[in-house]
Amino acid sequence: MVRTEDRLDAALGDAHAPATLDAEDVHAWFGDHHVLGDITLSMPANSITSLIGPSGCGKSTFLRILNRMHELVPDASLAGSIALNGIDIYGPNVRATDVRRRIGMVFQKPNPFPAMTVAGNVLSGLKLCGMKTDDPDAVVERCLHRAGLWNELKNRLDRPGGALSGGQQQRLCIARSLAVEPQVLLMDEPCSALDPTSTRRIEDTMRELVDTVTIVIVTHNMQQAQRISDRCAFFNVDEGQPGGIVEIDTTERIFTDPSDPRTADYVHGRFG
Amino acid sequence: MVVRTRPDRIFRRLAASAGALTLVILFLIGLFLCVKGLPAIKDQGWAFFTTQVWNPPPRGNEFGIAALMWWTIVVALIALVIAVPISIAAALFVTEFAPRRMRRPLTSLIDLLAAVPSLIYGMWGAAYLRPRMVGLSAWLGKYLGFLPIFKPTTAFPIYGPSAFVAGVVVSLMVVPIVTSVVREVFSQVPPGEKEGAFALGGTRWGMVRAVVLPFGRGGIVGGSMLGLGRALGETIAILLIVSPLFQIRLNIIEAGAIPVAPLIANNFGESSGIALSALLAAGFVLFVVTLLVNVGASTVIARSRSGSGVEI
Amino acid sequence: MRTDAPKLAVVVEHRSPVKIRPSSFHPRDAAVVGGAAAASLALTWLLYSQILPFHGLPGFLLMWAAFDFLIYYVAVRETQGRVVARDRTMAAIITVVSIAIVIPLVLILGYVTLKGLRFLRLAFFTTTMASVGPESPTTQTGGLGAIVGTLEQVAIAMVISVPLGVLTAIYLNEVKGRLVRPTRIFVDAMSGVPSIVAGLFIYTVIVANGHGFSGFAAALALSILMLPTVTRTCEVVLRLVPDGLREASLAMGAPEWRTTWGVILPTARTGIITAMILGVARVVGETAPLIMTAFGSATLNLNPFSGPQAALSLSSFQLFGSSQTADVQRAWVFAFVLLSIVLILFVAARLQGERRRR
Repeated sequence: MVRTEDRLDAALGDAHAPATLDAEDVHAWFGDHHVLGDITLSMPANSITSLIGPSGCGKSTFLRILNRMHELVPDASLAGSIALNGIDIYGPNVRATDVRRRIGMVFQKPNPFPAMTVAGNVLSGLKLCGMKTDDPDAVVERCLHRAGLWNELKNRLDRPGGALSGGQQQRLCIARSLAVEPQVLLMDEPCSALDPTSTRRIEDTMRELVDTVTIVIVTHNMQQAQRISDRCAFFNVDEGQPGGIVEIDTTERIFTDPSDPRTADYVHGRFG
Repeated sequence: MVVRTRPDRIFRRLAASAGALTLVILFLIGLFLCVKGLPAIKDQGWAFFTTQVWNPPPRGNEFGIAALMWWTIVVALIALVIAVPISIAAALFVTEFAPRRMRRPLTSLIDLLAAVPSLIYGMWGAAYLRPRMVGLSAWLGKYLGFLPIFKPTTAFPIYGPSAFVAGVVVSLMVVPIVTSVVREVFSQVPPGEKEGAFALGGTRWGMVRAVVLPFGRGGIVGGSMLGLGRALGETIAILLIVSPLFQIRLNIIEAGAIPVAPLIANNFGESSGIALSALLAAGFVLFVVTLLVNVGASTVIARSRSGSGVEI
Repeated sequence: MRTDAPKLAVVVEHRSPVKIRPSSFHPRDAAVVGGAAAASLALTWLLYSQILPFHGLPGFLLMWAAFDFLIYYVAVRETQGRVVARDRTMAAIITVVSIAIVIPLVLILGYVTLKGLRFLRLAFFTTTMASVGPESPTTQTGGLGAIVGTLEQVAIAMVISVPLGVLTAIYLNEVKGRLVRPTRIFVDAMSGVPSIVAGLFIYTVIVANGHGFSGFAAALALSILMLPTVTRTCEVVLRLVPDGLREASLAMGAPEWRTTWGVILPTARTGIITAMILGVARVVGETAPLIMTAFGSATLNLNPFSGPQAALSLSSFQLFGSSQTADVQRAWVFAFVLLSIVLILFVAARLQGERRRR
């Protein structure tokens, strides 16, 4: 239903295949400030991987490296490789805009386009990527459905995006990201600015989405991480050191029987 | 209720008087021009607003501002049509596309355009630009003459001292004004919205179209209105470039144009009595029009989504 | 820091990571840019010399640019799609247009310098136009009267409008009375008053009322034009003074006026100087209002309160309109001196602004 100029982002492989992201030896700098060091992490297809850990250890920075948003910051640089189904997204023939279409992002503070209508917001990604559809109404309905917004907004599609509640705005952002048919969805503390009901709704949405989209989520809410994710990566930072991963494991083991004492301290609330 | 000491009360009253003085001056300007210009309007009646010729005593007895207002608006419009797209491009360049080190130098250069006195623009326009635009004007008349603004009105048209050339020169004066406002407005786009557009896979221009331009609409309109106000009141540069033509005419590339302000400057020396009163009446009309445009511009900018933090 | 990997007994040599700074620019892109430029150049050359009846460099450059953008757009669209083509082409157009703005500036500065410097002699600063007659060589110009006139008129305008402007800014930012919003609207409105209207006003109030032409009348007209600039700049400057200073002074028991005079104004001093420089730069080149207030003069008039006075802008304008070529050439000398003063003021204001930032 949605067509891309497929031959152009062929460098990134099949756009509809389940997507695994593999980070290897990733470092990040802002200027000379070394903020992330030696990150190696595998995020399997159609699963939810959560990145947990105290503030300031570079989880969000790492997330932004995954969809090439990190390089938009002046003075930012990185090292290492990120592979989408084996293809390095920082390769010489790969365009950042193609990467961002395949790997979408939902931000901590909902950022719908306030002057556009709800339908306009959902379709905005298509326009930005040059994707075409013969049936925009169907795309809007499908995406709002998947984001759990259809019943609430089906009669109010022409309301401006800025006029919705916080939880609705965030779900609208999710719907907007889904319209371009990404393979991976990155979520940077998507519920931290929302009330518990909206949070629950979004968590339900994530569990439904994971059949078609790989999800990587940064969260400070450990109960949330326990509820929704399949695997967890615990980030930590020591003073004067770049942030790094302490432990990676299945959610169950991280929370019940972590290998590293620092992980145990964190998940039991003793710091962070 | 705050109890203030006497020196403080005096201080506050002094400051308030300074603020009120601005209003007083504006009011007086309007009052004096109106009162001194009234004899001329009484002399002609409503015809003052519809007559095209300017033939006051002692030479004649018929004068009106129709042609003057026509050319005032025409020259200002030409200047805006040229300046606004250029200003938007420059503002986008400085805020979105330029390498960071280029931003301040380029902004300073554009501001320098605003510092050059309009007399210099006029002298350069008359001596350097005008002769060089004759060729272009002739070409426009010949090949695009089907458009009413270029259609020749005589068999052997004279090009040079035209509204077109004046408009080009005035546009140089308007660009820094519009650019300054639009640049300020563009720099206040919420970064979250910009990130949202990039995260969807948008290119820089795609992001500009989806986020920056809609956000900056109020600033663009307001900035253009400020530029319009400037263009409406421009005197010396236009005076040095055009030759007067007291006639409403669609063609802008042929010689002949006469906005209000240049006329006043030109005729002032030799006018007295009713003729002088006529100039003052025309000046009053110009004052009112520019006042409305400028206040309108401030309102548009302040009310727009982008404008609440903008200094113009 | 990975706990999955077994600890190795062998010491692994730690290679320092290689920084990548991804940019959207590729060598391949440079080839497309260059190719489009070359192709459009060739096309323009062909049309210009063989087919179309155009002459002149500006037209050539415009046509080259237009074809360049077109060919570039098509080339990128064929290889990378419409979205990227639009992005690249618009970026190119925006860049070229923005840089092209500098061209008229350079042309103007260059032309005025070329024409004015040629006949500028030291005597310009020490003699008046009264000593210049129809037989005098073009190198003989007398600018003393004009310089004195401009100096006196601008100085008086400063004396009037700077205190008023600072006071109004204080009202808007410190006193914050009930009429702040209307006052701000009026200040904005006043900045839009055409300079000729200011001149007409002073003419009817002062000159026509029996006082005649004078430098003082010109100064009054200039103050009307200068006041909004000074007020607005000062308001911005005052706003930048941290609230903490105000609160500290008031907490120590100082009355409002003492706080303003003793704490805020000194802190804002460099900004106020910038406002003064900007105000002067705004009015030093004004011509239209001077036509009907100072009127101009060939002789030296040291008294700004009585009798017509010359000014740099006014003399330049009047000489430019003369039928004698020598006079027109002299006009450029005046214009060059005026432009130089404006440039010096502009640079001074920028440097002053820089100092404030530190």
